[in-house]
Amino acid sequence: LCRGRALLSRPGGALRALRGLAAGPEMHFGFQTVTEAERREKIYQVFESVAKKYDVMNDSMTLGIHRVWKDILIHKMNPSPGTLLLDVAGGTGDIAFRFINYVHSVRERQLQRKLKHHQNLSWQEIFESYQKDKFNSLGDSQVVVCDINREMLKVGKQKAQHLGYSEGLSWVLGNAEELPFDDDMFDVYTIAFGIRNVTRIDLALQEAYRVLKPGGRFLCLEFSHVSNPLLSRLYDLYSFQVIPVLGEVIAGDWKSYQYLVESIRQFPPQEELKAMIEDAGFFKVEYENLNFGIVAIHSGFKL
Amino acid sequence: GRARLSHSEPRGWDGRGGEEEEEGEEGGHQLYPGHIPTSPLQKALLAAGSAVMALYDPYRHDMVAVLGETTGCLALPNLRDKMKNHPEGYRILQERPRIRLSTLDMARLRELPDGSLGREYVRFLENNKVSPDTRMPPKFVDDEELAYVIQRYREVHDLMHTLLGMPTNMLGEVVVKWFEAVQTGLPMCVLGAAFGPVRLSARKLQVLATELVPWAIRSGLNSSCILNVYYEQRWEQPVESLREEIGIFPPP
Repeated sequence: LCRGRALLSRPGGALRALRGLAAGPEMHFGFQTVTEAERREKIYQVFESVAKKYDVMNDSMTLGIHRVWKDILIHKMNPSPGTLLLDVAGGTGDIAFRFINYVHSVRERQLQRKLKHHQNLSWQEIFESYQKDKFNSLGDSQVVVCDINREMLKVGKQKAQHLGYSEGLSWVLGNAEELPFDDDMFDVYTIAFGIRNVTRIDLALQEAYRVLKPGGRFLCLEFSHVSNPLLSRLYDLYSFQVIPVLGEVIAGDWKSYQYLVESIRQFPPQEELKAMIEDAGFFKVEYENLNFGIVAIHSGFKL
Repeated sequence: GRARLSHSEPRGWDGRGGEEEEEGEEGGHQLYPGHIPTSPLQKALLAAGSAVMALYDPYRHDMVAVLGETTGCLALPNLRDKMKNHPEGYRILQERPRIRLSTLDMARLRELPDGSLGREYVRFLENNKVSPDTRMPPKFVDDEELAYVIQRYREVHDLMHTLLGMPTNMLGEVVVKWFEAVQTGLPMCVLGAAFGPVRLSARKLQVLATELVPWAIRSGLNSSCILNVYYEQRWEQPVESLREEIGIFPPP
């Protein structure tokens, strides 16, 4: 089955300039220089190719630590039941499932507390209250998972089915730079390990601002820059020597993982990203480094 | 067995795939389409990783290929020199023939008399439901000529099956590996020959040990270098005659 993967070649000088006028400014794809259009195409293909092994690779590359990072993100969010979350570039659903688990357990505790205060109820009344609340185990919380890549969404939906998640979950195909949602819709917007792959980060941030309700929160979990020089060298060594090998051995795909480690180096560091988020209109923009800056969580509010 | 190419497309020497000229991370350049330059550390990790993965999941033929490429640094130059010093082998190195469905005239081969190389090769492909186009192109060999040598070795593998009369089940593959190990000295063949039998039943192991392996070894030692035969020019030759010429003893 020919997949017709046309990885565009790099023609010389004058021709390149002409194409540049048509296809947009030059940008980076990892350490390569490509046009905007080429970059979108290549990134789509990377995720199409890695989708099935995405979770396995995440576990191998980060030795399972990515799970902790995502847990920390949700704890920082501290969602209460009734929250409407938009998870962009949410692909295989890791953030969405954690969100559901979190509000579910908060809701359980809420219900238990309610019951404790009603210990004078008859057993019949208690049973009826169960029935009422059973259909509200998430307390009206909802998460919309939005991703530009069909394959990633497919994997996410299958996972949800396999793990038994159905309530409060929606899957939408969409582009972070141009979201298919109305203004002022969501309480929280998250983008975990996705913004690095967006071609126009400024547009994605503007869209995030637009679709959030006033008072809504923006949260971004992403690979960032390690300032400690010794650690930085070890991190580079691991990234460039080991990760592509893992990609080849586990997923049979060296190039996608080479792209991954290169794209991390190309991404703006903490302060620069903070400034970009502020430019989009967010207030109280802060960041928290995890593991010495290997990963950072940026947060901002729409007021 | 065959490579399930669900995650990489076949790339020919005509550069049908990866046309990007990129500088590899290690400062090496891409020497041929599909080439990924690697550092010694990366090669070592790849060799170890692919060995483990190939044992863990025998259907990962791409891992067997990677193992061959990362460990062949001594055997491949050796093979290349054997080819250079032989008139037919030298011609193969010059002309760089490829065995692919697009270059083979299957209809013509099918019409050749029974017992001829061409007819038996086609019969082998059809009986075992395999195709020559599923061979992995080399990625980690850092020399363009050696990359061709390993590619040639892979494409000739099916002809080995035909000449040795071995099917593509686990038993047949192991026997061919023993033969190839003796012939080429490639560590990947040696490892495959040594570890392949691990997954065979006791009865098969017995046949393997008492009859097939000794025969494969004897034939391997007795035969001239199998890469020095221009198979594409010998389709009409009877298999038995070719066996005799190379030095392969009749199969048990």
